[in-house]
Amino acid sequence: MHEMGIALQLIRVVQESLPPGETLRVKSIRLRLGKLTAVVPASLRMCLEMAGKGTVAEGAELEFEEVPVVLSCRDCRAETIVERPPFVCGTCGGAKVDITAGREMVVESLEVEEIPPTAVPCEEKSDAD
Amino acid sequence: MQIKVVRDVLDANKAVAEAMRRDYAAAGLFVLNVMSSPGSGKTTLLQKTLAALAGRLRIAVIVGDICTTNDAERLSKSADVPVVQICTDAFGGDCHLAAHVVREAAAGLPLQDLDLLIVENVGNLVCPAEFDIGEDRRAVVLSVTEGEDKPLKYPLMFQVCDVALLSKVDLLPHLDFNMKLCRQAIQDVHPGMRVLEVSAKSGQGMDEWFGWILKQVAAKKQ
Repeated sequence: MHEMGIALQLIRVVQESLPPGETLRVKSIRLRLGKLTAVVPASLRMCLEMAGKGTVAEGAELEFEEVPVVLSCRDCRAETIVERPPFVCGTCGGAKVDITAGREMVVESLEVEEIPPTAVPCEEKSDAD
Repeated sequence: MQIKVVRDVLDANKAVAEAMRRDYAAAGLFVLNVMSSPGSGKTTLLQKTLAALAGRLRIAVIVGDICTTNDAERLSKSADVPVVQICTDAFGGDCHLAAHVVREAAAGLPLQDLDLLIVENVGNLVCPAEFDIGEDRRAVVLSVTEGEDKPLKYPLMFQVCDVALLSKVDLLPHLDFNMKLCRQAIQDVHPGMRVLEVSAKSGQGMDEWFGWILKQVAAKKQ
């Protein structure tokens, strides 16, 4: 299982994507995940939950956008979306194909919100937490 | 508020791998990443490979395992070549080799004076497929005791590799392994993939494997 290593890299990308100097909380992370990647979404979620503790990604939801496997035929130039092998052109049946999509593992966007400054005295104390 | 990112999660690994690839290219060094499930016979195959090619090429091996230095000891006995063992339990017991781990292991090797660097990855048909380690070519070893449908079960591994070695073919008379089905499964996930049937024990198909390596090394030098 390499999802923990991927979760750590994911947290790094999130940290580096936040504008410096602002106190933001990451509500959700949108991840484009190709169907041909060797990643189990539920495992990655669990690893992010564990590894994210104490980081900006703590409590962030992970939203997946699944990317299908797309083949491009070198002979007839048609594109085919395939669910499973065989990876052959759906138009001419040819085997000279390049996989043009399906291996993505890309952080698309983050949904963030500002953390209200806790140091400021507040009479109407929030009952959150 | 939304922040647009569009960044590859593994970009740090890919950047390290690309930097390594540039270094290897400058040295004219061909790097081969050998992957398989545990017990496919990778180490025995590489022992025979070292014994056959050490007189013709300047070779070094990096071998990855979670624990033990057994493989490094076996490989060192096969030929007088530098062998570096990586035990990933020092890196959290990783089930694969990442680029920075291989870079550290390669740091002590005389890259300028080598023709061929073989990286024997951690035995695993899933995770190593996802991690670029700066190699030129990838080989997957599948033993005939494992079942002919493995390429369909682990399509990414067979998709990212350049050559498939079907190993332990000396055992075929004792097995129900269907070679035709296995070859078809490989072509289904990687049309046109080069497939070699080998036995490190009997020597069958090994000359073709050595020839493939020699051709790749020569191409890298040019």
